[in-house]
Amino acid sequence: MIVFFFIAFALMLAGCSLMVVLNRNPITSALWLVLGFVSLAGIYLLLQAEFLAMVQVIVYAGAIMVLFLFVIMYLNLKHDIDDGLQHRMRRLVGWGLGALLLAEAVSLLRRGWAPGPTAFEPPNGVWGNTAAIGRVLFTRYLFPFEVLSLLLLVAMVGAILIARGPGGRKGGSEA
Amino acid sequence: MNALPAAVPITWYLALSALVFVIGVVGVLIRRNALVIFMSIELMLNAANLAFVTFAHFLNGLDGQIFVFFVMTVAAAEVAIGLAIIVNVFRLKETVYVDEVNQLKG
Repeated sequence: MIVFFFIAFALMLAGCSLMVVLNRNPITSALWLVLGFVSLAGIYLLLQAEFLAMVQVIVYAGAIMVLFLFVIMYLNLKHDIDDGLQHRMRRLVGWGLGALLLAEAVSLLRRGWAPGPTAFEPPNGVWGNTAAIGRVLFTRYLFPFEVLSLLLLVAMVGAILIARGPGGRKGGSEA
Repeated sequence: MNALPAAVPITWYLALSALVFVIGVVGVLIRRNALVIFMSIELMLNAANLAFVTFAHFLNGLDGQIFVFFVMTVAAAEVAIGLAIIVNVFRLKETVYVDEVNQLKG
């Protein structure tokens, strides 16, 4: 079972990586990269690294790729091609998926469900590795962890200073 | 078709990691758009992360996963700075194609 999951995720990751490199449009590349990161998170799950899988989705597929897309759109490199067929097809797919989601929600709401147990019970009493990672991170790796926060602060200040550019100096001196 | 193994062997994970890393290298080499080059660098970082997690799993340790956590944080910092630089280069040169940015003086 795990082997099949691995093969599926691996094919997805390899295919998405190839599409990132081969695609002409940077926005499309970024979206393929998001899908690749999500499949990598799946592989992390297979390797019993649940915490990292969640961090991968939240930090990489969430934060970093949003930053990428923001910059791509800010630079306005390529205008979306809005020719007839592609546009109509996209609209059709959008409405179709929306209708599917609505049907799913309606069927779920009509069914009625029994309230489950209020406290979450992990299967087999296994809590995953998040607690273990936290314990190691805040004992053995405490100093590198704190240094990391300094690195993020420096990166933040540096990014703001660099991105403000030569034209933005005036606003800073007034404050 | 030969029978699949019961558990995924370590070589498969490492082969996948190597494959993704090579794709990232090829992306850096063949693309001229600085943003896509950046994404390829992210691919390489993730390939290294996969190798870290693989060894952490097969050695029954957690240190590899901690390292991946650190790598992700450094990658986030690197992306913030790198994208700021790209934005600045675009303001100066009106391009993000790396072979059109061929002098240090703006």
